[in-house]
Amino acid sequence: MPLLPPRWRLTLIVLAALCVPIASGVVWLFLTGTFDRVHGLIPVRSPSLDNWRFLWQSVGGRPPVHVAIVNSLVFAVLVASLEVVIASMAAYAISRMSFPGRRLYLGFVLVLHAFPAVSLIIAIFYILRLLGLFDTLTGVILVKAALELPLGIWLMKGFFDTLSWEMEMAALVDGMSRWRLFWKVAMPLVRPGLLALGTFALLSAWGEFILPYTLIVSSQRTLMSSYLQTFLTEGYSDFGMVAAVGVVYALPVVAIFLVGQRYLLNIYGGGVKG
Amino acid sequence: MAHEAVLVERAPAHPRRRGSHYLMPALFLTPATILILLFFLLPVITTIGLSLTDISTLTFRQPKWVGVANYRELLGDPFLGKIMANTARYVFLTLLFNVGMGLLLALLTTSVRERYGGQVRALWLLPRILPPVVYVFIWQGLTLEAPFGLVSDVLGVSRNWISASPWTVIILANGMVGASFGMLIFTSAIRAIPPDLFYAAAVDGATTLQTVRRVVLPLLRWPIMFVTAYQTLSLLTSFEYILLLTNGGPGFYTTTVWALHAYQLALQNYFGNVQFGLGAAMAAVLVVIGIVVSFLYLRIFNFRALVAEPKVEVN
Repeated sequence: MPLLPPRWRLTLIVLAALCVPIASGVVWLFLTGTFDRVHGLIPVRSPSLDNWRFLWQSVGGRPPVHVAIVNSLVFAVLVASLEVVIASMAAYAISRMSFPGRRLYLGFVLVLHAFPAVSLIIAIFYILRLLGLFDTLTGVILVKAALELPLGIWLMKGFFDTLSWEMEMAALVDGMSRWRLFWKVAMPLVRPGLLALGTFALLSAWGEFILPYTLIVSSQRTLMSSYLQTFLTEGYSDFGMVAAVGVVYALPVVAIFLVGQRYLLNIYGGGVKG
Repeated sequence: MAHEAVLVERAPAHPRRRGSHYLMPALFLTPATILILLFFLLPVITTIGLSLTDISTLTFRQPKWVGVANYRELLGDPFLGKIMANTARYVFLTLLFNVGMGLLLALLTTSVRERYGGQVRALWLLPRILPPVVYVFIWQGLTLEAPFGLVSDVLGVSRNWISASPWTVIILANGMVGASFGMLIFTSAIRAIPPDLFYAAAVDGATTLQTVRRVVLPLLRWPIMFVTAYQTLSLLTSFEYILLLTNGGPGFYTTTVWALHAYQLALQNYFGNVQFGLGAAMAAVLVVIGIVVSFLYLRIFNFRALVAEPKVEVN
């Protein structure tokens, strides 16, 4: 609002209070991962290297953590790349080309954007088994990228819509093909969109739980989400170590969050989950 | 000048081919179309198809058609009423928190200097972007018994709060993730209000609360409806955080919602034989609701404007 209310200092205090739960959660995770024992938010024993033993030894029959980290990295990078490229191609066609059924296609994409894809998980499990892609990283990567395509197409279409047409016209008249033009002219111009969608897809895939949890069973193909989840179910006593796993898993997210806040605030307005 | 020369020289060398009218769009759309057909359209049909069979762990290879038997079994389930009541409670209370907190955060963060407001909004985004498993683990840690759990320490009552009041934890955990959606949409809606309206209200001597009630809230009616509608559907089908927090417990069906029960029936074999067909029947109900409601949204939220022809057009 353009006029700050007279008691904006009071407002600030209320806001600070609203931030306390989230801030204390994050602080708790880091403290519990670092120290041997933490009561509430107060460390009562010295820092513990023992919390980090999962880094160099496998814990209770689980695969070594680096397997899960590498799998998660591969998963996140491939999902994000596929999603950005495929969504951009489709968005470019919808934004810049005239073809029969264009309106219908776009309407279809919009309906899918609102449609809650998680309700399809049972059928997707069945389909991956038919395709022989069950319990493979390829399968989960394709599913994850596919389920986020409607959002990606919709977002990138918005960016392509804002490009000036004259430049493309000039390139076309100069004899550049549509395909080359897409890669050499249009894509570099929508870089902010690519970055936004890429960051979003990377974070979303890195955190993804339900899909790999359901569609992957082999421990050699486990992702970080499933790796951490195995600790949550078994009445674990060693909170310090689990928190350390959580710190390792959350660290890239927090880093990207600190660097790319502005991009993130824009894209999450588009909304994906409840 | 040089540019024009190129134009004149090259243009005739590339006459437009007929086929390219379809060929080029097809080339660009093929990968997306294949993925959407495989993992959206086919699953919708498959969900409904499977729900009409007796497919389970035992009959996975050769399922038989059983018509609507699964749906009849669902209706006869003595726990169905409990599950529906749980679902209604979960959706309604979480929605209330989401929209209310989103609105509060948007109003407050736009009432202080942007530097502070932006930081608060960024922090409230964290629950959404943290990996759900880490987020749930933090909740588990904070709700432990004293002296470990912060909540127990602060309240002075030592409980495992997830077991003691599972619903409160589920609604707060989901709500803190969901609130950021409303917060961002309401914030941009508030920013879009012409400043003149605020000046006029100030000149008329309106207090801050009066300005919010008489100027801001009426103008936010449409975004509030949008957020409510959008989140109702996504909450109805979401079960990720409940699965991780309580997996429907503690005890029998205490926090089991419709979507979670469908998932458990089809994909978690706690009760021995996995009843894939029955789970598919429960999921099919959600899928049909999802399709109908998504179409409704498009009708309500101005579909024509969204799919308008591109401003610039060739081909």
